Amino acid sequence: MTIDSAALDHDLALRLRVEDFYAEYSHTIDDDRLEDWPGLFTENGTYRVTTRENFDSGLPLALIYCDGRGMMEDRISALRTANIYEPHVYCHLTSALRVLGASGGEIRARANFTVLRTMPEGDTTIFACGRYFDRLIEEDGRLKLRERLAVLDSRQVDTLLVVPI
Amino acid sequence: MAMATASTRAAGFTWPNNDLSRAPYRVYTDPDLYALERERIFQGPTWNFLALECELPNPGDYKATYVGDAPVIVARARDGSISAMVNRCAHKGALVCYKRRGNVREFICVYHNWTYDLAGNLTGVAFKRGVAGKGGLAADFQPERHGLEKLRVETCRGLIFGTFSDDTPPFVAYIGAELAANIDRVFPKPLKVLGYHSQILPNNWKLYAENNKDSYHASLLHVFHNTFGVVRPNMGGGVKISNSGWHHLSYTQRVSLGDDEVAREKVRSLQEQYRLKDPRMMEHRLELGDNITNAIQTVFPSLVVQQILNALAVRQIQPKGVDRTELVWTVLGFEDDDEAMKELRLKVNNLVGPAGLISMEDGCVGGWVQRAAKANPDATTVMPMGGRNVEASEGSRITEAAVRGFWKGWRECMGF
Repeated sequence: MTIDSAALDHDLALRLRVEDFYAEYSHTIDDDRLEDWPGLFTENGTYRVTTRENFDSGLPLALIYCDGRGMMEDRISALRTANIYEPHVYCHLTSALRVLGASGGEIRARANFTVLRTMPEGDTTIFACGRYFDRLIEEDGRLKLRERLAVLDSRQVDTLLVVPI
Repeated sequence: MAMATASTRAAGFTWPNNDLSRAPYRVYTDPDLYALERERIFQGPTWNFLALECELPNPGDYKATYVGDAPVIVARARDGSISAMVNRCAHKGALVCYKRRGNVREFICVYHNWTYDLAGNLTGVAFKRGVAGKGGLAADFQPERHGLEKLRVETCRGLIFGTFSDDTPPFVAYIGAELAANIDRVFPKPLKVLGYHSQILPNNWKLYAENNKDSYHASLLHVFHNTFGVVRPNMGGGVKISNSGWHHLSYTQRVSLGDDEVAREKVRSLQEQYRLKDPRMMEHRLELGDNITNAIQTVFPSLVVQQILNALAVRQIQPKGVDRTELVWTVLGFEDDDEAMKELRLKVNNLVGPAGLISMEDGCVGGWVQRAAKANPDATTVMPMGGRNVEASEGSRITEAAVRGFWKGWRECMGF
C-alpha cells in the first residue's frame, strides 16, 4: 500500500482548518466576546444544547435552541441586559476532534469538550463535558457552523446555563 | 443515656410569634429540621408527584425517582395497575433498581437475588432451602412480611402521585376542586414527553418551593419581558389558594384591549431600547380553551405544574441535603401535536428550564439566600405583601399570600 501524499496533505489541511475554527469558537466565548459568537454560524445556522439523557432517548427537547442567528443574538442581548446571574467565565477544552466527512461543500465533524467554570468567589469546577456534533461550510473564505449540537454528558446543570457552550 | 434524635433536637424549635409572615432562617440551614421534614412532610400526609402515566406505557415499565430523598420505584404491572414502592431491598437495603428506567418481568436485587413482583411483593429468595440441606431461610421467615415498602398511589390527568401515609385524603380533596380544575385545564388530553431537564439548586428545597408561590418576584427578578418590550399592561390575572393554604395557582390572563390601551402598549414598545430580533420563541397559540397565558400551580410539598405560553411541564423538587436540591423538569406536549406545534413548543421552551430566559434566575437566587442565611439562623425573613394572612387575590399577583400558605402547610405537617 502506498500513501497518497496529496490526499494526506488535503486531509491534514482540512483538519487543521477545523481545529483552528474550534479554537476560535472557544476563544470567542472564553474571552467574553459573545457578541461575535453568532457570527461563527451561518445566517440560518442552528445551535442546540441538550443532554445525553434526551439525546439517547430520541427526545427533542433542548436546554438552548437557536434556530438562526437572530435567536443567538437575542440570547446574547438577554444575558447582557436582562438576565441576572453571578458573573463567571468559562475555559473550553476541546479535544478528540475528528473530521467525519466532507462532501457537497459541507464538512461533518465531532469533538469532545470540557467546560471549566470559574465563579467570582474563586472556585473553578467542571461545569460541563460532552460532545459537539457539527456541520460546517465555507462562507466568504471562512468556516461557519451550519449546525452545532452540543450534547452534555450529565443530565444535571449546576445552578444555571446562560453562556453558550 | 439515650442519643438525641433529630426529632428531639428539632423539638426545641418554635415558630416565632405564630406569624406566617416571618420565617426564621434556621428552617433553611438546620440539618435536624431537614431530617424531620423527611418523616413529617415527605413521608407524612402529603401527595408527591412520582411520574407520568405516559412514561410507563407497557406492563413491566418502571421509573426510579425520589420522594423527599427516599428512592422510590414506580412500575406498571401486568394488569395495567401502577404501584410505587421504596427502592430498597427488604434484605440488606440495596437499591433494587439502579437504573433510572427500564422494562422488567420482575424486580431482582442483584446483591443476593431476592426477587419481587411488579407490585413489590417478595416472590423469591435465592437458596431459600440452602444447599444440600444446609443453610437456607430461618423456619419462621414470612415472605409476605418482607416485600418492598409500598406507597399508596393515585393518578390525576396522567400524573401519578404517591403517599406514605394512610391519613392523606384523596388527591382531589387534598388540593381542592378549584385547583384540581387547573390540572384538568392544562392536561386535557394524552400527554407526550418532549424531554427532561435537571437543575441543581445550591439551596434548601423550601427556597425553591417558596419561589414558585411568590408571584411578587416574577416581574422584578425576571426582567426579560420588560427589557424586550413584550410586557403587556393589559394582562389580568390573580392568585388562587386552596382552603388549606398549602397549594396555589398563580395565573396571567390576556384581556381584550381598549383603544387607549393599545396606544399605551405601542408607546411602551416604541420606547424600548431592545427588541427581539427573532420573536418566534414568544409565539403563543391559545390551545387550552381560554385566554390564560401563564399558570404556575404548586401541589405541596414538591410539585409545580407549569403552563408558560405553550411550554407545559411538571417540575419535581427533590431535596438532596439541607443545602442542595435537584429540580427535575419533565417537559410535555400532547400526543396529537403536529410537527409545527412540536416545533413551536421546542422554541418557546427557550424561556424556561435551567437555561430559560425568564426562569434561569430562580436557579441562583435561592443560593444567595442560602449563603446569606447561614450565619444568622434566628433572624427571619419578612413577607408582608398582601397582608399577613393566606388569602386569595383576584386581579393582582403582588402578594405573598401563597408563600405564607406554604409555611402554614409546613408548620401543620411539622407540628410547630
